[in-house]
Amino acid sequence: MDEEAAKKLIVETLQKKKGKSKFYLKDFYKMLPDEKPRTVKNLVNKMVGEETLEYWSSGSTTLIGLKGVGKQAGAEDEED
Amino acid sequence: MVEFRHKTPLIDQLETGPWTSFVSDIKREHESRMENPKGIDFQFNQDCCDDLLGVLELSYEHGRTHWKHGGIVGVFGYGGGVIGRYCDQPEMFPGVAHFHTMRVNQPMGHFYSTKYLEQIMDLWERRGSGLTNMHGATGDIIFLGTSTPQLEEVFYELTHNIKQDLGGSGSNLRTPSDCMGQSMCEFACYDTQEICYQLTMEYQDELHRPAFPYKFKFKFDGCPNCCVASIARSDISFIGTWRDDIRIDQEAVKAYVGGELKPNAGAHAGRDWGPFDIQKEVIGLCPTQCMSWDGSKLEINTPECTRCMHCINVMPRALRIGLDTGCSLLLGAKSPILDGAQMATLVVPFIKVEPPYDEIKETVIEPIWDWWMEEGKNRERLGELIKRQGMQKVLEVTGFKAIPQMIQEPRSNPYVFWKEDEVPGGFKRDINEFRKYHQR
Ligand code: HEM
Ligand code: HEM
Ligand code: SF4
Ligand code: SF4
Repeated sequence: MDEEAAKKLIVETLQKKKGKSKFYLKDFYKMLPDEKPRTVKNLVNKMVGEETLEYWSSGSTTLIGLKGVGKQAGAEDEED
Repeated sequence: MVEFRHKTPLIDQLETGPWTSFVSDIKREHESRMENPKGIDFQFNQDCCDDLLGVLELSYEHGRTHWKHGGIVGVFGYGGGVIGRYCDQPEMFPGVAHFHTMRVNQPMGHFYSTKYLEQIMDLWERRGSGLTNMHGATGDIIFLGTSTPQLEEVFYELTHNIKQDLGGSGSNLRTPSDCMGQSMCEFACYDTQEICYQLTMEYQDELHRPAFPYKFKFKFDGCPNCCVASIARSDISFIGTWRDDIRIDQEAVKAYVGGELKPNAGAHAGRDWGPFDIQKEVIGLCPTQCMSWDGSKLEINTPECTRCMHCINVMPRALRIGLDTGCSLLLGAKSPILDGAQMATLVVPFIKVEPPYDEIKETVIEPIWDWWMEEGKNRERLGELIKRQGMQKVLEVTGFKAIPQMIQEPRSNPYVFWKEDEVPGGFKRDINEFRKYHQR
């Protein structure tokens, strides 16, 4: 899949998820099952750099979501 | 007199014990910030320390925390190094409504110059709370408490003026840490600081851009004394060792026996323990019983020695580590978030530690990461994956051979099985050939 199509797929998949705004990197692997995990990781990093996505961290665990969506602070177990 | 807005009777009790208290430290920092003798142009709430004491007092009253857990991560392009912390009573404690932690990659072996310490404190008093934790459990310098807009500012000054990077947090490689090693310690079997620095530089992407199932730690101990406790606290524990003989200076052994040299470099001088008894205190305590002393000569049966360091620690002037040095690698230690605490397991009994460390990177670190990133569940530490899929799998992934030293005793942890292609002739037998020797 070309990069632009992959980015579009990621954004659309995230927008469709209701009631959840932050995801593990492994969830992104599942969105692009034909790509190598390393490729997906690099793409996610790139999208963070482009400010489409953002990291969220509890301090011990990192999650990733669309920039500005969902709570910015709070407990990782209490999504909405 | 500097005023304190909050009454804190409960946490004040913490100041009454025999040791210095962090409560006193925070009060002192509050006084210093309010008096401001250096004329600091504070970029973060000047009275934050007062509110910090207030929120802690409230937590003691309620028996529950008033900090929210987690948040967006601060600096551009990094997924770690900043931990968002927000107070859940911001009206009562506006000074700490935002109170984010920053992790700063400590210098290897914790060597500081006064100038460096002054620089980081100047920065942190101006742009943060002025409170630090030297050091966090992982080993980094912890800056405690600043606001979101200050994160980029602190990062800019750290990297441009102090030439210092953030450390790791979240699901990434955590700031590697090491003992002082060969810089000061005669027991060091390899240069802990060099490998710690080089691997930190090599794995910048893993450190700053979280892509692991969970945290991952390297720690480097120069010898089995394990001053940074790598065996209990790191996913890959590097413990210095050697494979030739312990070097023995027989004259110095006699000097210990004769009382001219103090055992353990005089560490037990606080009380009279009677004359040094080499038989009882060294030979008898050797865990593998591989030492002997006939009154004039000390002998060590090297193949049996597990390099526990005991005899060397007791008689450092007489016994020295060998000359063919390297390290052992142990995998999978962790603290008890899931499952309970776990110590690391020996996987590589001996490996040379020589720059550019290709063998360590290519045969251990990278295959282990590939396996864990593929197979590890979200929030599963390497040690838990090893438990789930088995030690045999680790050997398969890394290509190291099972050896007797990997198990405590026969048949207590039977993770070593033969596979068909390892057995001459495989598992199939020729029944006719078999029947020639065995009756039905
Ligand atoms: C040519 C002269 C000297 C040489 C070559 C020399 C060399 C050394 C060396 C190699 C160490 C060990 C450093 C370490 O712990 O890694 C040391 C430590 C030390 N030296 Fe010297 N030294 C010299 C003169 C002096 C003088 C004149 C003094 C005091 C007046 C002194 C006081 C000390 C002290 C107190 C230590 C212990 C420092 C520590 O453990 O951190 N040295 N010296
Ligand atoms: C009130 C006076 C002093 C105090 C409170 C003090 C305190 C200390 C402390 C806390 C250490 C660090 C020990 C460690 O490594 O854990 C130290 C080390 C040292 N001090 Fe002092 N000190 C004082 C006076 C002096 C004087 C007057 C001298 C020399 C004339 C001196 C020479 C040294 C040396 C050479 C070391 C390094 C020792 C070593 O690590 O081998 N100190 N001191
Ligand atoms: S771990 Fe060993 S080499 Fe490192 S400081 Fe401790 S005793 Fe020295
Ligand atoms: S290092 Fe430990 S095992 Fe080896 S000889 Fe000394 S006491 Fe015995």
